[in-house]
Parts: sequence; structure tokens; C-alpha cells
Amino acid sequence: MSNILECVHLTKKYGHNIALNDVSVSIPSGKIVGLLGPNGSGKTTLIKLIAGLLVPNGGELYINGSKPGPETKAIISYLPERPYFDPSMRICEMLDFFADFYADFDMERAVKMLSDLGISQDAKMKTLSKGTKEKVQLVLVMSRRAKLYLLDEPIAGVDPAARDYIMRTILTNYGEDSTILISTHLITDIEKVLDEYIFISNGNIFRQGTVDDVRTEEGKSLDELFREVFRC
Amino acid sequence: MEIRFESGKPIFLQIEEHLRNYIASGRFKPDEKLPGVRELALQANVNPNTMQKALTNLEAEGLIITRGTSGKFVCGDSQIIENAKKRIIEDLAAEFREKCHLIGVSPHDVAMLLSNDHNTESEDTNE
Repeated sequence: MSNILECVHLTKKYGHNIALNDVSVSIPSGKIVGLLGPNGSGKTTLIKLIAGLLVPNGGELYINGSKPGPETKAIISYLPERPYFDPSMRICEMLDFFADFYADFDMERAVKMLSDLGISQDAKMKTLSKGTKEKVQLVLVMSRRAKLYLLDEPIAGVDPAARDYIMRTILTNYGEDSTILISTHLITDIEKVLDEYIFISNGNIFRQGTVDDVRTEEGKSLDELFREVFRC
Repeated sequence: MEIRFESGKPIFLQIEEHLRNYIASGRFKPDEKLPGVRELALQANVNPNTMQKALTNLEAEGLIITRGTSGKFVCGDSQIIENAKKRIIEDLAAEFREKCHLIGVSPHDVAMLLSNDHNTESEDTNE
């Protein structure tokens, strides 16, 4: 199977701070991959580099064989760590916005998901709670038929019941050949949907593998392994 | 299909056990058509790749059969289902013996208790 993402000796610095240190990693297509690490380990930086929002200081990355640019942005659906819509926008306006911006946006799917979640299209962003805003944003992102989904902390602010719905949403909507990279530290909630995991710490990727192997070889869940490896 | 996953065991193995139990107990009937992989994955709240792995293993065991493009079916061979049932019972017995050993009681004593339970139960209504 081909790799949707290849990072080669990727380095990113913010001033003297090294956020990513010589990271080489590849992600195969058709998998759900967890990007896991403690706060400040470089998860968001890596995701922003892949999304093309940051430019690396060293190294290269290829998405579906191409360097970040308009053609890679067209196949990447990115959920940022915080919502970016103007607070005065109505949800229906955001739907039009996405439909206009992305050729792969599936309006029908988005409308159905919003009604499943009981969210009115007339509502303005600023009238919504933190969790509902996150749901809206995730609905938009998952309604694209993208090749690579980058979900930065998709479930952090929502209640456990909605978390389950979101996990189901992710499972229902991702196509056979699409890949999902999810960053989170709520591992228990997403563990059962992951194929692979990447552990990142202090800007270095130090462990990558399949969740099944962790359970087979270590006799413990990914959550338990994480707690052990990153013990404070 | 609500599965409470244990931590130290691969998820596909746990799903496999679950489905095997469903077939052995008759909850999934012989020759019954199974929902698609994605549908099953959704029901169990797991990744479709994981569900596929479990189904492939059950297929290798003969408990599930793929019929061309019409999908996956529970096998209709009662012998294969009987064998699966036998293996489930054997596994249960092995686990039972291990637990008894761990707490230092004789499996026989516990078995006596079980058969007493069984007798009192059969005096009650057959639920």
C-alpha cells in the first residue's frame, strides 16, 4: 500500500525553540492513525506543517507524492485545534462557504449530520457553546470527501455521549482509501478505532506501530502504555 | 453489538470471540446473511479494518462464508458450528481451571456447586 504522507528529516523551530527535531515518518493510506503525545510535544506543529500552514526549517514532506501547495490542500481536510469562523456567521453561511471553497464538500452529508446532532442551521456561531462549536466544525471537516483528514484534538471539548457520536461520525464518513490522522491525549476514547499510533515527545517521534501489536506484545492497552511511557 | 473491550488483548481477537459466541449460541443463525463490514464496524464502534481482520479469521475457521458479491453469511454446516461451540467450552474450562488453581480450590468442588445451582434452577421456572 502506498503512503499518503512522507516526512523526511522534518525540523521546525520557533526562534530558539525546537518544536520538531529531525522527524521522519510515513503514514500509509487507508488507516486511522493516532498522533499521541503530552502537551507541547509537537503534535499541532506537525499537523500544521502537513496542512501547509507552517513551513519547515529543514527537511521535506510529501502528501500523496506532492509538496504542500494548492493541490495537497485540495485533498486534505483539516480540523484546527480551535474554530476559525467569524462569530457572527450563521451555520448555513458556513455551509455555503465550505461548498464554495472545496469541490469535494458533500452538502447533503453535512445537513444530515447537523440535524442528527440537533443543531439549527440558523444559529450564529457566537450563540453556540464550546462543545457545539466543535461539533459544527467537525461536521464541516468530515463532510468533505478528502484523501487525508487531519483532526487536531477533535473531541477535547465535547461530552462523552457526543464523543461517541463523533467517533461514529468519523467511522461512517471516512472512505476506504482515505486516511485519518487524529491528535489527542484522550486515548481511551479513540483507541478502538485506531489502526496505528505515533508517540511524539519533545519534538521527536520515538515509537510507532499498530495498536494490535501493543496489545499482543505488551499485554496492555494503548492508554496504559501511554501512561507508562510518559509518566511524569 | 456492545462490546466492553478488555485492555490487554487485541481488539480484533475480542470481536472474533464475540462473533463466534453469537454464532455458537444461535444469535446469528446458520445461513443468515451478515451486515456489511462497515455496518458491523459501526455497530461495534470499531475501525472497519479491525472488523475485517476478525471476519477474515472467522472465515478461515469456516464459521463465516463469503458468497461472491452477495456478501458474508454464517456457515450452514452444523458440524462446524458444533466444533466451534466445543472449542468455546474447552477454553472456558481451561480458564476455569486456571482460576481455581490461582485461589487454591479444587475445580471439582466448584463444579459440585455449579451442579447444585443447576438443580435448584431447574426447580424454578424455565426461563
